[in-house]
Amino acid sequence: MLSRTADNLYWLSRYVERAEFVARILDAAHRLASLPTSYGGGETNEWASALASAGDPEVFKPHYDGVNAATVCDFLAFSPHNPSSIRSCIESARENARSVRTALTTEMWDTINGAWLELRSYEKKDLDRDAFTRFLDWVKGISLTFDGSAYRTMLRNDTYWFTRLGTAIERADNTARILDVKYKILLPDTEKIGGSLDYFQWTTILREVSAFNAYHWVYRESVKPLLVADLLILNRQMPRSFANCYGVLVEHLDLIADAYGRRGASQRLASNLLARLESEEIDRVFASGLHEFVIAFIGENNKVGAAIAEQYLG
Amino acid sequence: MAAVAFDEMTAFAGAATSPDDVREAYGQLKNWLDTTPADHFNTRRSQAELLFRRIGITFAVYGDNESTERLIPFDIIPRVITKPEWGFLERGLKQRVTAINMFLKDIYGAQECIKAGIIPADLVYKNAHYRMEMRSFRVPHDLYVHIAGIDIVRTGENDFFVLEDNARIPSGVSYMLENREVMLRLFPDLFSRHRVAPVENYPDALLATLRSLAPATATRDPTVVLLTPGRYNSAFYEHSFLADKLGVELVEAGDLFTKDDVVYMRTTEGPRRVDVIYRRLDDDFLDPLVFRPDSMLGVPGIMNAYERGSVTLANAVGTGIADDKAVYSYMPEIVKFFTGEEPILHNVPTYRCREKEAFSYVMDNLSELVVKEVNGSGGYGMLVGPHATKREIEEFAKRLRHAPDGFIAQPTLSLSTCPTFVASGVAPRHVDLRPFVLCGADEIRIVPGGLTRVALKEGSLVVNSSQGGGTKDTWVLDA
Repeated sequence: MLSRTADNLYWLSRYVERAEFVARILDAAHRLASLPTSYGGGETNEWASALASAGDPEVFKPHYDGVNAATVCDFLAFSPHNPSSIRSCIESARENARSVRTALTTEMWDTINGAWLELRSYEKKDLDRDAFTRFLDWVKGISLTFDGSAYRTMLRNDTYWFTRLGTAIERADNTARILDVKYKILLPDTEKIGGSLDYFQWTTILREVSAFNAYHWVYRESVKPLLVADLLILNRQMPRSFANCYGVLVEHLDLIADAYGRRGASQRLASNLLARLESEEIDRVFASGLHEFVIAFIGENNKVGAAIAEQYLG
Repeated sequence: MAAVAFDEMTAFAGAATSPDDVREAYGQLKNWLDTTPADHFNTRRSQAELLFRRIGITFAVYGDNESTERLIPFDIIPRVITKPEWGFLERGLKQRVTAINMFLKDIYGAQECIKAGIIPADLVYKNAHYRMEMRSFRVPHDLYVHIAGIDIVRTGENDFFVLEDNARIPSGVSYMLENREVMLRLFPDLFSRHRVAPVENYPDALLATLRSLAPATATRDPTVVLLTPGRYNSAFYEHSFLADKLGVELVEAGDLFTKDDVVYMRTTEGPRRVDVIYRRLDDDFLDPLVFRPDSMLGVPGIMNAYERGSVTLANAVGTGIADDKAVYSYMPEIVKFFTGEEPILHNVPTYRCREKEAFSYVMDNLSELVVKEVNGSGGYGMLVGPHATKREIEEFAKRLRHAPDGFIAQPTLSLSTCPTFVASGVAPRHVDLRPFVLCGADEIRIVPGGLTRVALKEGSLVVNSSQGGGTKDTWVLDA
């Protein structure tokens, strides 16, 4: 396969994943912001936190007067200045898809091209809250349809494997970004059992990674910050956890290495990281510093991404 | 001025003795047009548009910032060509493209046709499309043009003319293929009432052609790629469509590199040797070391590899000379000189403005002629005298006086019309036809059909998509 084709497939998947992530962040922020203040809602800095998780505040500043629901929603959903806005993600995904149409199945192309065409109907309109929620649902639908059509229609060869790599790297990065912004509320000294202000912050994190229901199935306990962190970082059952993303990465990097008959830095780095995640325990992570752990992970994830680019995409 | 055009459905619309007059080949179609309610056409047309938009068949219009991707209007009424008509065209096309290849071999080799006075030497040597680099070596199988799109116009029952020989990188074949697919989906019943020759084997024919051109150094399974300028090119959709149908990699310049006069592509498994390049990139941009040094679209060193014979370029470099509108005017003599036969397909009579007498005739009759730049394409930079304002004619006369060598002129042909679905209903509109001719080392292949372009504006003779033209499915009847 052409290196450029692999590169387009990889980034196509990353942008689709990122669009969904931004939509989830906005959805969760809306939900939290609409809670009464006594439940941690309203006057919280939820919009600043959404901005920090899903965008770059430095890019935001010159274009808006202040951080509030309207400005952050506009920036994260529609701003052409924000390369990670939902709009930019869909446009970039489509650009990448257009370059490698021959490597995509009709169903995948239809999903991306259809989304790109439909995106215009959402632009430049003052969407009310209901319409904005429908918009976010629509965005989540795109990534589901895209992933589903990739899963159901692609040949199981390197074209498929590179899309999986893109999704996994992006997911790992997204989950880490949430933790990077919100680690404080998970720290033990703020922990109170049930019904605290922070409870709704924790459940917001779970919603952001679509794990609110999953949490209860996995732990059969009320929501506790230590377990929230465990679910997002170390639990292999959780699709968006660091550990599972690395499981997926290692699996597909190995398939590529077997098919090409050669292993390289990306395989080595990814399997090392997976091994470390598998032998880690959440108590130890907290003891040695949750924030430091997350920051280190973001750095290592970037290194794996760079190794993939160096080895296959250049 | 075109008085009454030949209508392919009713013979002469203006002179029709009764409204039932219809040419035999169009019998079923006329019946269908008469019995189908207009809103049915409307529904089908919007379905067709939706299909095209979903598939992503778009083209970019240069100089149009508003929307970089547009849909070429598609007309749902097919154009019908009979089997004998097609047989005639096919013979003529084979003869013409064979002659073009012999002509190119000659002007880059022995130059017999210049010595024999068939064509003026300066028209060849001073031509911007003449590539001195091609003098130093022979291309595989002596074939230069492997994919040609010959534009044909019709003015009467038996009157077909070649309007242009597209011998560089002709485009439009994806529309031939997709138009047929869309028609098959929308009007299955209509196909059951006609025996339409299929076109879907074009990609196979193209691949066989390209593989036959592989250099001797290639293995029995040569690596073919399609080289595109990239996704901002107006024909990018076609490039990716064809690469997909051919099952070959769609490469951009950055995907290729040369080492020791061999071309490789960068793959996830390391470099892979390339044998045949179906390039959809103009000569000028191919190799920044040889042609335009500022080209970011080209592959440095590719010309060296080509000269060494380690890779085949399709089409060859330097075929633009056969595409030139001044050279075109000599094509009847060229065909005769090289094939020893009378040309089957005729040229449109052409005035060469480089010749003094012709020039003064053209200047005196601008309002009745079509004047074209010899290097122009896409319907840009031309004057359609009968449709131009006095001011446009004066402006054009200035340019013409300034550089007469750069122009040719032709009488305004009354292009044939075909029934077309427009806002006011079904009405005749002018059409042309671009069949695609494939010249392999083994044989010449022509898929029965081509791209029919239609000028959607009433009375307009300009069919180019960049100028508001549309396309139709072209049906060659097999019986």
